[in-house]
Amino acid sequence: MSGTAFAGARERRVSTGGVELCVVELGEADRPTVVLVHGYPDSKEVWSEVAERLAARFHVVLYDVRGHGRSTAPVPLRGGFTLEKLTDDFLAVADAVSPDRPVHLVGHDWGSVQGWEFATTARTEGRIASFTSMSGPSLDHFGHWIKKRMARPTPRRAAQLLNQGAKSWYVYMLHTPVLPELAWRGPLGKRWPKILQRIEKVPSGSYPTASLPSDAAHGAWLYRDNVRSRMRRPRADAYAHVPVQLITPTGDAFLSERLYDDLELWAPDLLRRTLPAKHWVPRTRPDQLAAWITDFVTSREEPATRAPEQRAPGRYADRFGGQLVLVTGAASGIGRATAFAFAEAGARVVCVDRDAEGAARTADMARLVGAAEAWGECVDVSDEQAMEKLAAKVAAEYGIVDVLVNNAGIGLSGPFLETTSEDWKKVLDVNLWGVIHGCRIFGKQMAERGQGGHIVNTASAAAYLPSRTLPAYSTSKAAVLMLSECLRAELASQSIGVSAICPGIVNTNITATSRFAGVDEAEEKRRQARSSRLYGLRNFPPEKVADAIVLAVVRNQAVVPVTPESKGALWMSRFAPGTLRRLARLEPRL
Amino acid sequence: MAGDTKRRTGQLSAELRGFREVQRLAYACAETVAAQLRPGVTEREAARMQRDWLRERGVRDWFHLPFAWFGDRTAFANFKIPLQFFPTNRKLEPGMPFILDMAPVHQGYAADIGYSGSLGLNPVQDRLMSDLRHHRALILEQARERRSLREIYENVERLMTRQGYANRHRAYPFGVIAHKIDRVKERRWSPTAFGFGTQSLKGLAGDVLHGHREGWSPLWSPYRFSDHPPQPGLWAVEPHLGFRGTGAKFEEILVVTDSRDPEESAFWLDEELPHVRRWAEEKTA
Repeated sequence: MSGTAFAGARERRVSTGGVELCVVELGEADRPTVVLVHGYPDSKEVWSEVAERLAARFHVVLYDVRGHGRSTAPVPLRGGFTLEKLTDDFLAVADAVSPDRPVHLVGHDWGSVQGWEFATTARTEGRIASFTSMSGPSLDHFGHWIKKRMARPTPRRAAQLLNQGAKSWYVYMLHTPVLPELAWRGPLGKRWPKILQRIEKVPSGSYPTASLPSDAAHGAWLYRDNVRSRMRRPRADAYAHVPVQLITPTGDAFLSERLYDDLELWAPDLLRRTLPAKHWVPRTRPDQLAAWITDFVTSREEPATRAPEQRAPGRYADRFGGQLVLVTGAASGIGRATAFAFAEAGARVVCVDRDAEGAARTADMARLVGAAEAWGECVDVSDEQAMEKLAAKVAAEYGIVDVLVNNAGIGLSGPFLETTSEDWKKVLDVNLWGVIHGCRIFGKQMAERGQGGHIVNTASAAAYLPSRTLPAYSTSKAAVLMLSECLRAELASQSIGVSAICPGIVNTNITATSRFAGVDEAEEKRRQARSSRLYGLRNFPPEKVADAIVLAVVRNQAVVPVTPESKGALWMSRFAPGTLRRLARLEPRL
Repeated sequence: MAGDTKRRTGQLSAELRGFREVQRLAYACAETVAAQLRPGVTEREAARMQRDWLRERGVRDWFHLPFAWFGDRTAFANFKIPLQFFPTNRKLEPGMPFILDMAPVHQGYAADIGYSGSLGLNPVQDRLMSDLRHHRALILEQARERRSLREIYENVERLMTRQGYANRHRAYPFGVIAHKIDRVKERRWSPTAFGFGTQSLKGLAGDVLHGHREGWSPLWSPYRFSDHPPQPGLWAVEPHLGFRGTGAKFEEILVVTDSRDPEESAFWLDEELPHVRRWAEEKTA
């Protein structure tokens, strides 16, 4: 079984405490060692995708926890799965694969629960260089978390308790005798792969393995041997003696994000990461995990080259650190501010614009405020071929885009009857086709990768605000809004979110470059200056729109009006459309 | 006519020396205080240090009392009312940017200066400071071209936008990028009101009145009342850049005359200032 999951792997067996563990190694042995520990009900194959990606840089070690996969089970089972014995196993493996150097530990689910035990007991000190935890809290921290909330149950704390209490339903089930074993060896074991696919969106393939029923049946003793005792008497000295990277999937059905609220008390050197995903991240988000593990391990191996995104000051650095963000129209205004906002969160930013110099400048400044990397690209979004070329280049050199911001747009004002078809073509080419090309080309890459992502399209308040002065512009933006809504529906099943941003009147240079149809050049200049001045008086900064964009991605919002007038207009378009129609007839004096 | 201008500049230069002396004194104060800043020093303490240093050297009156801004207050983040300009108890931390701004009056001459720095390295502010060079050049060039103050203001703002920065001098009273500065009568008693010296305010108010009659203003703003070519006299120019919670500015005196020779019509009073030296070093490096 393991032979098929890991190409080119070296296998060995390590005996310890009456059991034999199946250990698999990938990558060159003189590289830093990364030990991946699986959870429940899993075997080491849960890591196959991640291990493959890490093997190029590290000495990757995986083992089946006792009673799982191809490791043997202790006899008797009861009392054979205590955290003390699991620590013995880990030390035996670490000594076998990396006798001289401490190892970097990575745990998922119960692997992470064990990992916390390893990272906090005294006898492993000096054997672990770092610990990356995902979806598995320390039982001791968990115990203290419950005790604290029981001792003084304010409404909020009580709600947190109830919430996690409901999420832990399966833990109570596993404490019943015999029934879980019967279920796993019977119908549950048979249906589990389908359940994972349907509910957890785990891609089908070689995982889970055929050993699942016995893994799950044996693994029930992980809970029975440890949970009650640790909940009753959590260790008071469970402080991590290693740097910890905590990766929290926000859609985890079994663990509340609130469990980690006070973790800084227990782990002084803590780096937080957040991932919009469900519980089985090693299967659903291997690229992101591999990137974060690589960054973290490398930064601990070579402290001098500590990755800059770990120093990013932004509020959402945990969410966007190291992610690839592409912004169009990034040489000015909202696009530029958005690039900076993501840069502050530690993202890698591709700044696209027709204005090469401006795009380069944005990239330059983005690096200064915290972007791990930033590049300026000179592309006209309305040029399909150029966009195709850009996408190929980005995919080849920087990776698959995690967040795409289709922001490039131009302004066009003037009565419909005086707007030429040339004017129409120009505004639709940039405002609508630019967005279509972006969504189609980069969205396709995102969907093909199958590891989620987000698309933000900059629409406008004009999308729902009729006006006699902006027929062409409003039409293009209304199309963008509807496109975003449809695309959101289509891509939801692939965990790709789509948001439409409707900024409103924002102080950017769009007014200075707008075309005013039906007037001569001098008058156009005058109106550009006049409208710029008015927008300047309104003085709503593009930075606030950028913040709204970042938040829209974090919260996966569908339609986001930003300025008060944009919010008001959206409200009126729903509840008082007649008033808006009457207002649309007014012609503002410029 | 030519002889007339020469004579006039000759007359001015004795007076200009007085202004240059006080401007240098103020910059010396800023450099000394900046060198004494340590983690934990508050804005109030920094303002007090400037005040004491200048008092010891004979300053008795102020155009305005010394200000000190630390951290994101250098970019005037979330400033809503003018009271927020006054020094607070915010403490300086390693890597934090700061700005010292003071306007002492010494022997009847006033100066108004701004000094930006950071405690340790701050690459963002570093970049802001080196980009301010272009603004200094732009302002001088366009003042010599006798463009209207409002137009120069807008061009400076456009350059800031192109550089990716926000215009933060907009937060100053009336959004000014500069204001006129003049001699101040020395009195035995020189009170301040809201941080401004009453003598200087009186001078400024007089200018406002004159200017209103003659169609100019001592405030260099983006508004209609600044839609006139630079008025001869001394202007304390203070372009202030902001970039995501970091701000930087310089402030120094621009001399405007009615000379026809462009070189003579407008020039910076002093080329020996910290930020100018810094750019010269950057150029050679």
